[in-house]
Amino acid sequence: MKAGVIVFPGSNCDLDAYHLVRDILGQEADYIWHGETSPGEYDLLILPGGFSYGDYLRSGAIARFSPVMEAVASFAAAGGMVLGICNGFQILTEAGLLPGALYRNRHLQFRCRQTYIRVENNRLPFTGLARKEQVLKIPVAHGDGCYYVPEDELAGLEERGQVVFRYTDSGGSPTKKANPNGSVSNIAGVCNEQGNVLGLMPHPERAGEDLLGSSDGLVIFKSILDYLGAGEVSRRG
Amino acid sequence: MPTGRFCAGWKGETVLKWKAKIEILLKQQVLDPQGGAVEKALKTMGYPSVTGVRVGKYIELVLSAEGRGQAAARVEEMSEKLLSNPVIEDYRYELVEVGE
Amino acid sequence: MVDKPWIELGLTDGEYSLIVGQLGREPNLVELNMYSVMWSEHCSYKHSRAELRKFPTEGPRVLQGPGENAGVVDIGEGWACAFKIESHNHPSAVEPYQGAATGVGGILRDIFTMGARPVAFLNSLRFGELSDPRVRYLFDRVVAGIGGYGNCVGIPTVAGEVYFEPCYRGNPLVNAMCVGVMRSENLVLGKASGEGNLVFLAGARTGKDGIHGVTFASEELNAASEEKRPSVQVGDPFMGKLLMEATLELIEKGLAAGVQDLGGAGLTCALTETAARAGTGIEVDLDQVPLREEGMLAHEILVSESQERMLYIIEPRHREEVEKIFIRWGLPYANLGRVTTDGMVRALFRGEKVVNLPAASVAGGAPECEPGLAEPAYYGELKKFKLPELPGETNYNRALQKLLGDSTVASKEAVWRRYDYSVRTSTLQGPGGDAAVIRIRENGKALALTVDGNGRHSYLDPYIGGIYAVAEATRNLSCTGAEPVGITDCLNFGNPEKAEISWQFQQTVEGMSEACRVLGVPVVGGNVSFYNEVEGEAIYPTPVVGAVGLLAEPENMTRSAFKSAGDHVLLLGSKLVSLGGSQYLKCCHNVVAGALTRPDLELEKRLQELLRSLINERLVHSAHDLSEGGLAVALAECCIGGELGCVLTLPAGSGRADNLFGEGPSRVIVSVHYELVGRVVRLAGKAKVPVMDLGEVGGEKLKIMSEGEYLVDIKIADLDRIYREVIACAMK
Repeated sequence: MKAGVIVFPGSNCDLDAYHLVRDILGQEADYIWHGETSPGEYDLLILPGGFSYGDYLRSGAIARFSPVMEAVASFAAAGGMVLGICNGFQILTEAGLLPGALYRNRHLQFRCRQTYIRVENNRLPFTGLARKEQVLKIPVAHGDGCYYVPEDELAGLEERGQVVFRYTDSGGSPTKKANPNGSVSNIAGVCNEQGNVLGLMPHPERAGEDLLGSSDGLVIFKSILDYLGAGEVSRRG
Repeated sequence: MPTGRFCAGWKGETVLKWKAKIEILLKQQVLDPQGGAVEKALKTMGYPSVTGVRVGKYIELVLSAEGRGQAAARVEEMSEKLLSNPVIEDYRYELVEVGE
Repeated sequence: MVDKPWIELGLTDGEYSLIVGQLGREPNLVELNMYSVMWSEHCSYKHSRAELRKFPTEGPRVLQGPGENAGVVDIGEGWACAFKIESHNHPSAVEPYQGAATGVGGILRDIFTMGARPVAFLNSLRFGELSDPRVRYLFDRVVAGIGGYGNCVGIPTVAGEVYFEPCYRGNPLVNAMCVGVMRSENLVLGKASGEGNLVFLAGARTGKDGIHGVTFASEELNAASEEKRPSVQVGDPFMGKLLMEATLELIEKGLAAGVQDLGGAGLTCALTETAARAGTGIEVDLDQVPLREEGMLAHEILVSESQERMLYIIEPRHREEVEKIFIRWGLPYANLGRVTTDGMVRALFRGEKVVNLPAASVAGGAPECEPGLAEPAYYGELKKFKLPELPGETNYNRALQKLLGDSTVASKEAVWRRYDYSVRTSTLQGPGGDAAVIRIRENGKALALTVDGNGRHSYLDPYIGGIYAVAEATRNLSCTGAEPVGITDCLNFGNPEKAEISWQFQQTVEGMSEACRVLGVPVVGGNVSFYNEVEGEAIYPTPVVGAVGLLAEPENMTRSAFKSAGDHVLLLGSKLVSLGGSQYLKCCHNVVAGALTRPDLELEKRLQELLRSLINERLVHSAHDLSEGGLAVALAECCIGGELGCVLTLPAGSGRADNLFGEGPSRVIVSVHYELVGRVVRLAGKAKVPVMDLGEVGGEKLKIMSEGEYLVDIKIADLDRIYREVIACAMK
């Protein structure tokens, strides 16, 4: 697999995503500068965490107008896999590549902690190796992670399997306490209708080694590898 | 539902420079945690009758346009594309001529 | 024109005549402004220089000692670690968010200026008591500011400490530390070397913010301080991040002959210090400086403290490549002028020559003050305090609960969960332990990091307090298994013009120096913050030690929490404790008095060496330093962290409060697999370190008995709740 890690001014988890793909998964990875308009051939584009453009105005609002974003949009439209983590998720919602919006945590504080997220849809290229309702231990670190969709759209998302991860306790119950930011319906990650663009607030790239506290994030990356290797179209059912 | 927009003092004459004063607020149905926190603080400070606190953004910019209509169209475009996020926010603005 | 403009600018008559003497003429107003900021205490260290020379600053690992932007030590395989701590107390007192944020931004620049990639932040904070709403406000905003900057630039905040004492009410302390990693050969100094080299300024545009910030930092706070708000700078972490990336790229590619960040005293300091360090001169045109405000005057441009700016000395042949890098990162930049050889700093403004000063005079000519020293009256008095004067408190369960719920002892999780401590995926041990541990991917090792200081101890005995600070910081590193390789210090004191404050300062430095010498750890950099007074009331003398340790095999890292039931709990080290100056006295009896336990630095050294060898031979499961609250609190922390209880027995005659809550240095609790206890005891004996087997890990309670009676008997779950509650509530 060859992954492209997009670097916006102010990205700061680019290194972590790069490190995971190269050193943990043993796959190829490149950094792609945000000014790039034709980034070349990739199997996966990662929009990493950070504070692109200082998160000024709104998180992700300015980055989504970076030159590279047009290429990201056409890559996604052609069925390419796009993974947005934290700030990357914010950028994807701002760009309209994912539904909903992310705004200020309910308690108004930045929050860095371990969370548990439950896999709600394991028929995606990103989750194929996970068991349905498997609980993953993956940390969050964000100030603007409260996911919102208008109520009337939420049912549609759920129905189509676009709610991919939900915050739960370690036993898999979606409690209020388990939710680090007050997101609607404990949502931690969503995908587009086609299932090839995924955004999540937790950082799977920070959960890639046991010595960092968890390696549960690997299931997402290994699912991607598996999907690419098998080449079968097992999108949402 | 109100559209959340107003346009003050439509006169229609051609002026070169305009100042746009844009206010952005979370939509009524979106929870405003900052507004809630400020309201709670005001209440404990001795203003128990305060309600309906909402915290938003205020943006000022100066732009050139041939007339008020064109200026308004540009401000709306900018507000919808970048300055606000239509999923969660409404905006309204005011245009003031600032001369040539 | 004012009669004596220098008085207005904070210079004395004596200093003014010295300036005239050094110049051979009267300075003009622009020049006088430059002298004013550079000869302020903040920049010239005139009250501390003589004392600071006592610190041992050399060692086999030291690549760069004090005097540069940061100290640098060798960490093996061609890699080095740069680190420094700095205060931002006064700005944080008037505008806590920006004060703290710019403190973080400033220390960040100090590290990447040296060519090191920043990899960790730490901080040490002091506030008044949390019952005060103003204190809660300052506390909340300082924490928000530290997170606001650090989280945005993507460097984990991995450790810190927070103390609450009434003396910091109006003058909180905000000390920020940054640690970076670099290839040794990339070490860049803040020197303007090479005649004809170009002088570039890049980063944020220069505005009128922070003008005379250093003079503000060199005065006591009073009612008028609030009005000085305009002199507080605003941080832009996004710009800070871009500047960091651009600077590191420039250094990595070998394009910079010298780099200097613009901090206190802005351009004035950067120009004069780089020239003075290199023994060269600099010529600049102030009209080239990118400005944020129109109509700025020469002296305003020269002393502005606008944040996120850097000065670079560039060989002309690299000009094009350097400009490309600035453009790529979207940074405003300008070539201000060039390096000369005659030792003069010259500046043109609107075509006129407005500055013509010898760099060495501005940057190094300030006189050293020789203050009188006087032992403060309280010192002898408080030492005489006798414990029998206390009302007897024998309900130790209640005392322990009170201590764990004391804001200084209680868990700071509600603070550090607001900092991103896991970005960079290298944090092996985050906040909450004895020291943080981060791995260094580049050489396969790990760094242990900590900040420590206890102002109350230093108040009661500044000499011993200085020893304690160094001993505790290094002990905390040793508790993870790491070998201390260097320290940086932030010395927070009152007004040094007072003989009592100067005495506290001198005693502190002597104590610290003694500890550094015996423990073999050099001081490679630091910062002094004087004038921490409000309306004439000084804070406790507060030395804060930032320490860095090296862990050759990261997988050997040890934590403080108990790990497995059945392990034995051993107390290693000194048996001497005292309730004098203890958290127990303050918290349970509201008394700040008494004599501190006399430290035995040779024992401290043996203890730390023993600990490291036990850990690196994998003989212990956990190790935790005993500090505030003594044995009982340390045990409670081991239990809470491990969600495990323990059942312990203290020797006969241990039924007094000092056995449970007394404090003293050179004490560590380790937990050891029962089969290894004999071996650990033998090794301790060989190392001449006292050891006591207290009992076993297990159960759901912390039980401590002596002579058949339970002194302490509480459920861990209850302790845990109390321990976490207080700070979380204050942070809501």
